Amino acid sequence: MLLEVAELAVDVATRWGLQRVVDRTSFSLKEGESLGVVGESGSGKTMTALALMALTPEAARVSGSIRFEGQELVGLGEDAMRQLRGDRIAMIFQEPMTALNPLRRVGAQVAEPLMLHRGLSKREAEAHAVQLLDHVRLAEPERAARSYPFALSGGERQRAMIAMAIGCSPRLAIADEPTTALDVTVQARILALIDGLRSESKMAILLVSHDLAVIAGHCDRVIVMYAGVIMESGPVDAVLREPRNPYTLVLLEARPRPGAPRGARLKTIPGAPPVAHEHNVGCPFAGRCALTIPICRTMAPPEVAFGAGHISRCHRAREVGLAP
Amino acid sequence: MTLSARPRPRGGWSLWLGAALVATLIAAAALSLIWTPYPPTAIDIPHKLAAPSEAHWFGTDNLGRDVASQILVGSRVSILVGVIAVGIGLAFGIVLGLIAAFSKGLVEDGLMKLSDFVFAFPALLLAIMLTSTFGPGVVNAIIAIGVYNVPIIAKLTRATANGVLSREYALAARAAGRGPIAIALDHVLPNIAPALIVQATIQFAIAILAEAALSYLGLGAQPPETSWGKMLADAQNVLYNAPRLALYPGVAIALSVLGLNLLGDGLRDALDPKLKARS
Repeated sequence: MLLEVAELAVDVATRWGLQRVVDRTSFSLKEGESLGVVGESGSGKTMTALALMALTPEAARVSGSIRFEGQELVGLGEDAMRQLRGDRIAMIFQEPMTALNPLRRVGAQVAEPLMLHRGLSKREAEAHAVQLLDHVRLAEPERAARSYPFALSGGERQRAMIAMAIGCSPRLAIADEPTTALDVTVQARILALIDGLRSESKMAILLVSHDLAVIAGHCDRVIVMYAGVIMESGPVDAVLREPRNPYTLVLLEARPRPGAPRGARLKTIPGAPPVAHEHNVGCPFAGRCALTIPICRTMAPPEVAFGAGHISRCHRAREVGLAP
Repeated sequence: MTLSARPRPRGGWSLWLGAALVATLIAAAALSLIWTPYPPTAIDIPHKLAAPSEAHWFGTDNLGRDVASQILVGSRVSILVGVIAVGIGLAFGIVLGLIAAFSKGLVEDGLMKLSDFVFAFPALLLAIMLTSTFGPGVVNAIIAIGVYNVPIIAKLTRATANGVLSREYALAARAAGRGPIAIALDHVLPNIAPALIVQATIQFAIAILAEAALSYLGLGAQPPETSWGKMLADAQNVLYNAPRLALYPGVAIALSVLGLNLLGDGLRDALDPKLKARS
């Protein structure tokens, strides 16, 4: 296993005390595998991603275990962590508009990790940066390298970000909503690029997204998060075709569908996600779930297995999705 | 990119007028290094309190010293005070502000509380305290004004640096494995430089005023040194006989401060992309 996360929890200190934003999540990633993390805003998916790189905010406390290439990352010192970041683990950010420094040339920014982790000279690194920009199929890589970020389009900037992330051939790339800020056609091309890079270098991808279609098309396995808890996980086909958790089910139903009658309303999930400091015992989704029974409010749901690594955390998992 | 035509910065006139006044100040100081009409401290009692004439453009003071020469030499003192006092403020303020922004938690709180503590004393009071402890003189006045500048720059640095650190590119730099010093130099400083330049210009003007006030109170320049503030103090003794003696240094101070403030405003307009976008 490249990455094994066990009982990972993130608590954030707020004025209401410690809030648990990621609650004992466990998952793993093999070489070259692509794992999707899906969930609403505030479901803890970004915090999980940041925890893997030890980039959680000051106020956050991370506990549990993150083993990467056999090395425990929780509690690893900042210096050792810095050696890994950008080298073995890289991150692709959501906003290509703000994830590049507006005052530095793109080439210099792409070259940075190479100088840092590969010990290349500035000159070698910038030459290699041009190759990387070419590799992510940026038109006119020399010109792009000399440009400041403002001169590039959103898609071009995201390609530059990806070039920066893959420069040192990381074993794991964490992509946090890498295409959310882009329009749909550009999105498809960027995701195809990430897929291509993954298959040629056997790099594993953790793709964080709220877009089920993106996850369905580009991941091997998926975990569905809600209020910091993994509600369901398993192979993408199994989870998205035969969801065994009411939350996954309503998430799928809330998708806009092509061919829906004109004027048809999108299905929504009633209620709002629990505020972390209110969240106590029971199932976090109990307040909004159509299948809630009394035990849901008093006891945390167990993990129910459905074969082939498909797991749902629900008291009534076996009843979900059997008859529409 | 043909669409990248930049809107012209607003407030262009204040930038240029300010720059012209500041350039005049610098030119006067430079000139005084190589030439003054008379030695500025040459006493000539028979010609004391002379009216402006061809020989003495601005007349002479109560000891017969040439006022024009003193004004020229005074500009040098003002610039010296401004440069060193702002330099002290920038050197210590930027370092402390960056340490605060990067360290967070107790260190940040502690540094900012310390800044508030220094900040709580009016500039002049602080300067009087320092000069009365370490003795009057231009050097101590400069240090006092510099100390006053440190918390201002530190607070500005911390606030703007925190803004930059919350941007995604700062997080991206950390995700690439860069350390805090590299991030400070490559990402934070270039992005906060405009705010610091504008503030430094304003602090320069305040430093000139503060030096004038200290010298006026007898805590700055000591005889035979001269400065605009000291000229004002000397002029006060003969205010009824020759009120113009107070006018020259007063106007010199006012024009310098005005010039620096206009320059600061103009730079703010020219450097702030948000203002640009609105125009």
